[in-house]
Amino acid sequence: MNPNLTRVTGFVGFALLVVFVFLLPEWISTFRAQQFAYVGIYLIALLGLNILTGYTGQISLGHGAFMAIGGYTTALLMAGNEQFGQEGLLGIGGGMKDVWTIPIAGLVAGLFGLAFGLPALRLSGLYLALATFAIAVALPSVVKRFEEFSGGGSGVNLFGLPELTAGIIPVDIAGRELVFNDWLYYLCWSIALVLFGIAWLILRGRTGRAFRAVRDSETAAVSSGVSLAHYKTLAFGISAAYAGVAGSLFAIATTFVNPDTFPIALSIFLLVGVVVGGLGGLSGLVVGAIFIQFLPLWAQGEGVASRLPGFIVDRTKEPGAPAIIYGIVLILLMFFLPNGVGGLFRRAGQTLTRWRYSRSG
Amino acid sequence: MTTLLELDQVEAHYGPVQALRDVSLTVSEGEVVAVLGANGAGKTTTLRAISGTVSRSGSIELAGKQIRGGPEAAAKAGIAHVPEGRGTFVELSVTENLKLGAYTRRDRQVKEDIARMSEYFPWMVERGGQRAGTLSGGEQQMLALARALMGRPRLLLLDEPSLGLAPMIVREFFRIVRELNEKEGLTVLVVEQDARIALRSSSRAYVLEVGRVALTGTSEQLQGDESVRRSYLGY
Amino acid sequence: MVAAAFADFMQQVVSGLASGGVYAALALALVIIHRSTGVINFSQGEMATLCTYIAWTLTVNHGWSYWPAFVATVGFSFLFGVVTHRVVIRPVERGNILRVVIVTIGLLIAINGFVVWQWSGEPQALASPFGTDTLDIGGVIVSVGDIGTIAVTIGIVILLWLLFQFTKVGLALRAAAVNPNEARLVGVRVTWMLALGWGLAAVLGAVAGMLTAPSVGLDPQMMQPILIYAFAAAILGGIDSPLGAVVGGLTLGVMLNLIGVYVDFVGAELKLPVALLVILVVLLVKPSGLFGRPEVKRV
Repeated sequence: MNPNLTRVTGFVGFALLVVFVFLLPEWISTFRAQQFAYVGIYLIALLGLNILTGYTGQISLGHGAFMAIGGYTTALLMAGNEQFGQEGLLGIGGGMKDVWTIPIAGLVAGLFGLAFGLPALRLSGLYLALATFAIAVALPSVVKRFEEFSGGGSGVNLFGLPELTAGIIPVDIAGRELVFNDWLYYLCWSIALVLFGIAWLILRGRTGRAFRAVRDSETAAVSSGVSLAHYKTLAFGISAAYAGVAGSLFAIATTFVNPDTFPIALSIFLLVGVVVGGLGGLSGLVVGAIFIQFLPLWAQGEGVASRLPGFIVDRTKEPGAPAIIYGIVLILLMFFLPNGVGGLFRRAGQTLTRWRYSRSG
Repeated sequence: MTTLLELDQVEAHYGPVQALRDVSLTVSEGEVVAVLGANGAGKTTTLRAISGTVSRSGSIELAGKQIRGGPEAAAKAGIAHVPEGRGTFVELSVTENLKLGAYTRRDRQVKEDIARMSEYFPWMVERGGQRAGTLSGGEQQMLALARALMGRPRLLLLDEPSLGLAPMIVREFFRIVRELNEKEGLTVLVVEQDARIALRSSSRAYVLEVGRVALTGTSEQLQGDESVRRSYLGY
Repeated sequence: MVAAAFADFMQQVVSGLASGGVYAALALALVIIHRSTGVINFSQGEMATLCTYIAWTLTVNHGWSYWPAFVATVGFSFLFGVVTHRVVIRPVERGNILRVVIVTIGLLIAINGFVVWQWSGEPQALASPFGTDTLDIGGVIVSVGDIGTIAVTIGIVILLWLLFQFTKVGLALRAAAVNPNEARLVGVRVTWMLALGWGLAAVLGAVAGMLTAPSVGLDPQMMQPILIYAFAAAILGGIDSPLGAVVGGLTLGVMLNLIGVYVDFVGAELKLPVALLVILVVLLVKPSGLFGRPEVKRV
């Protein structure tokens, strides 16, 4: 496909997305705005995970853990741990404004990612998936155990803190008054779009090519002089940083963190989102994020119930039924769209280009 | 002599790549026939087409019956295929490898047949418990042959048995093949890079070139014709 | 004094062996599936839970007595495993690993959902066929339930071992697992063999579930921690080694029990992270586990 055409289509598409994102809150309720804010958060995490899994081919079933690191960093920076009676050396003074904690959370999570990426070099494929799965499952228990730092089972409460922008009092930006949900929406999406751009820049350059080389054939990459250790660890660090930012925003959004805020299900859904969205490409990830946020709700009966005959409808409202639907949808998606929705986009794009060229030829 | 195997206009593909374009050949009952040619000519693919390991079209008949479907069907019909690289079950023992050779048989003489193998391969019964992966290359080749024989096949397909083996072992291998053919009337179709030893052990040969039969004749004829030897057989 | 401490110790060892037996059974299921189809079945625990609910509903709602229900459940689980492989796994088993991982995750979610939907999330009780008595063996007090669990586990492992080593089907299964192409050439119907592997794994899972439910209570999330312990056991023993799975499971069971009791820092809540630590340490130090062989990367 003509690279210039791709680039132009990409830019136009992105511009349209930006415009759409900024106009959306005008048309929807603040409740929906909050839901879409979460879509933005998931998108950030997916962007990171995509770099790790879609580009360097390292499977992580534990990115929820990096989100947790980011979330707890933000919570502790904002609220401190005097809530649970720590003073002196171990005491972390709170008082940082929420937005400033976001890059710090990303940095801290990123460092953990780099630290994990190094030993992870020894693992591949399923083994890495298992190791990351193990970490994500263990983290809540470990967090509960070290309650001096984490608040144990009751977690850290952010609600009502003055450091929370637009928490109780709406915030005033450029003359407009934004309620918490709307403010949250704009915050998440601004960051998401900026990080989207950064990811795009990283991936189209030399780093991106090196990442792809690692994924496609490690042996070939090494013989071409690409340092496996360097790039694989870097990918872990970047993806963890993205997840950390997402976790930080998650904490701000829910105004609360405890060990169960970031369960193993989250890590699983993140991987699902990346695969459903389409590995490698960036456009599909938006779909992936929407999938994570909305499919469970859709399965719960908003979409399905209205289309099924009476006797089934009642039972689909019972607990458990949405999960059945969700699981089956996942399996079917893997059967029919192995490259995810992003793959579908790419094929559609290719078909369109061929059509264009054949007409002019 | 009755025709045992007949290929007519067989084509085969590996995805988009066409490996066989139009291969027609026959093998009669009790014959040893060689298939020769350069790398990539389609020799291995021909055997794979017969055993159903690759998707193919065209007619393949064994004793008058069409062979269709995958390798399981070919095995049931009595075709034993010793693949390139021998295909020994390296994790399993020597005896287990032999037992697997008899997998499609429903009779009760499998144990006797294993004992009979000691005629040709005395060490196999002695070292029956040894893990096949610890055998030498030559021993694995013999084991692969014995495994194929355990199925009491009507047709034996050998794919490049000389690959990676010392010349002395290759000679011993082909000596055994000739003995099996003479004593038991085993019909063999052998694919070889080493044309010299293949022609010495066979009665007829086909030479393939880019997926087609380029030349055929008795092994004597082919060995005797110097221009054929130089252009097609490499010596 | 020493005798009492020793008796305590042995009690912990025995109950560790009992829970370890359950881990071993589930770990063996994971190993069989991984060896034959190269897949890590994240839904193994949920499949086991579903089968355990079948046993429960037969005994409680339909009045069957325990052992007939056990047998019927074993039969059902076998079929369930075979059908799952043929319908859900076969279409994706040869592609990208990620695709298969997501499919097994989808299975996990769907099966868990089904269990909740059909039988509700309320915990249920499945009575142990062994009762709650205890025996006194030389001063060591062991529960009959634990002995029964160990016996059933050993029994089923031995049965499977006999199947794999001494029958034609077992030989074909082993051949299909390691060399599917060569197995086809000798006439083995490899696809059915793989489905058979899934069936056997499902049976192991069902047995593990039926042995677990009496002590921890039957609820939809019952097998989730057990699955983690089974992963740890399988990794410890070597993900492709059946012997490793059994040894790993028993070892892990005893070790976790002893650590939980004798190491204060850990206590009961950190048992899970310790198991996970085992996974991590093994993966980082010797990924092929105790009995596995190191993987050679093909260029």
